[in-house]
Amino acid sequence: MTAVVPAREAVRPRKRRYTTDQVSGGSVALRMVAGFVVFVIFIIPYLIMFFGSLKTKAEILSVEPTYFPTEFRLDNYLNMWSAPETPLVQNLISTIVISVFATLLVLFIALPAAYYTARFRFPGRMAFLFLVIVTQMLQPAVLTSGLFRQFSVLGIGDTWLAMILINAAFNLAFATWIMHSFFAGVPREVDEAAQIDGAGRLTVLFRINLPLVWPGIVTAIVFTFVACWNEFAASLVILSTAGNQPLSVALTKFVGQYSTSWHYVFGVSIVAIIPVILLFMLIEKRLVSGLTAGSVK
Amino acid sequence: MTQTINEAPTQAGAATGRPRPGVTGGPRAAVGTRFKDLLAALPWIGPAILLIFGVVLFPAVVMFYNSTRDISISGLDKGSVGFENYQTLFEFAPLGGIMVRTIVWVVAVVSITVILSLALAQLLNKAFPGRQLVRMAVIVPWAASVVMTTLVVYYGLEGFIGIINKFLVDINLIDEPYGWTKNAVSAFNWAIAIAVFVSLPFTTYTILAGLQTVPGDALEAAKMDGAGPARTYFNIVLPQLRAAISVAVLINIINVFNSLPILSVMTGSIPGYDADTIMTMIFKYIQTEHKIDVASALSVIAFLIVIVIVAVYVKLVKPMKEV
Repeated sequence: MTAVVPAREAVRPRKRRYTTDQVSGGSVALRMVAGFVVFVIFIIPYLIMFFGSLKTKAEILSVEPTYFPTEFRLDNYLNMWSAPETPLVQNLISTIVISVFATLLVLFIALPAAYYTARFRFPGRMAFLFLVIVTQMLQPAVLTSGLFRQFSVLGIGDTWLAMILINAAFNLAFATWIMHSFFAGVPREVDEAAQIDGAGRLTVLFRINLPLVWPGIVTAIVFTFVACWNEFAASLVILSTAGNQPLSVALTKFVGQYSTSWHYVFGVSIVAIIPVILLFMLIEKRLVSGLTAGSVK
Repeated sequence: MTQTINEAPTQAGAATGRPRPGVTGGPRAAVGTRFKDLLAALPWIGPAILLIFGVVLFPAVVMFYNSTRDISISGLDKGSVGFENYQTLFEFAPLGGIMVRTIVWVVAVVSITVILSLALAQLLNKAFPGRQLVRMAVIVPWAASVVMTTLVVYYGLEGFIGIINKFLVDINLIDEPYGWTKNAVSAFNWAIAIAVFVSLPFTTYTILAGLQTVPGDALEAAKMDGAGPARTYFNIVLPQLRAAISVAVLINIINVFNSLPILSVMTGSIPGYDADTIMTMIFKYIQTEHKIDVASALSVIAFLIVIVIVAVYVKLVKPMKEV
């Protein structure tokens, strides 16, 4: 993952466009003001979260709310894990286990499918890609009642395995589609040249194609991981044991308490949000190509 | 691209090391080759097909089936009841309001989001110092968990302790703190605002990508002809954004229709059904009323709505055109 950053830096055009545009200083200043307002609006909920996470319980529940903490209680970040509402440490572990294994499963299943459909024609190829397009648009929420029933009958309701399978299945199409478009972008001559040199199909895939399509793979991994990390609807119904639930579900239990420990809710939220924001920033240039997978050019 | 695909069967044969008769093999050989090609493809695409059928399509079938069964609270299947679950659903008085609210929810969130995103994309497409920083800030609600974003707003709107209430009082917009989350209408309106907020990043980035397709010389020509910025935008830029906007609108419709966490946090503790949409009602049936059969019936209706939207997407956006 560390190798990703310098490579991306190298690709990003460093030249600032405003030097080439003929715009007056006044309009640049106006844009900066507008930009600043947008910046503030988009991060303000997370600033409230951050400052809230450092307040004492008395302060955050005070009827005279404060914008900034009067004392910075960093120890909230240690104490919050033992909140009585839900076993937060287990919830964090659940979130990590489900997201990591679902992402790995997606990678192992989507990568070969994306490579093969981009490279080879076979009967049913269009049907398969159509299936991928349609399932890409489906989300667990609308199918939750069916999923709940199916996994209960199979005897794996309320398990990590069920949520790993669900998260993998609903993100598979998307990952396949992204990687498919990246593989399709690699010139065939590259493959042919390798084959003339006597490389087998797996060698061509791993040694020749993967290094060329890694941006697509990273994009697919990040999107899948973040989607699994934040999944809510299916987890809410499928996972009934408190310790099995991911943080997204666990945190809602604080709502409606007699005196909600908001400072802990926000501390846990900050810990859960920062890694995924960093992942998204890593693929900022490819966010659109990822989500619409080539429909907007 | 087309040429690539035409070469593909030869490629498949060569790669497996299987001797191939070449293009002169004739129709009989072609049938056998087609089958062999399919078999060769299975190890690569088989696992994906298995997962999609097992965990996406099969549950849909289970859902259709369960919508015609009588299932007890403990989950026992007590046999077929035909369309009785649908009948129960249609006799449920608040359903009309839930349907109307679902439409209001989707239309309001998607239209406000698209309009704001058009403006936001316009700004982010212009050059100014610090633009990259602003673009990064815009991503944040996209990456962050929707549940957590909603929770912080929920806290902010709490009657006396909420920081948004304090802010609204401080800027003299309201005289005293108001319990926004205790009232179905105000909670629902705030939920719309949150849904717009979390939908803006994707929509803005999609439109931003669309803006890159606007030809520079067309803008230049408009400028030469003396067209003002507004005319240039509506006559040249906006028509060019049609593809981007249709993708953004359709994907947003799906996402917003399927959205559960915002409403379930904001309005979940309000008794009654005055702030429910189809999606929150499905989860009320499953979780609080334990009627998985009626929940399935409503899910089937929701599923059919989603399928219609997907069909419009496939028809309008033509995502298959390049494969």
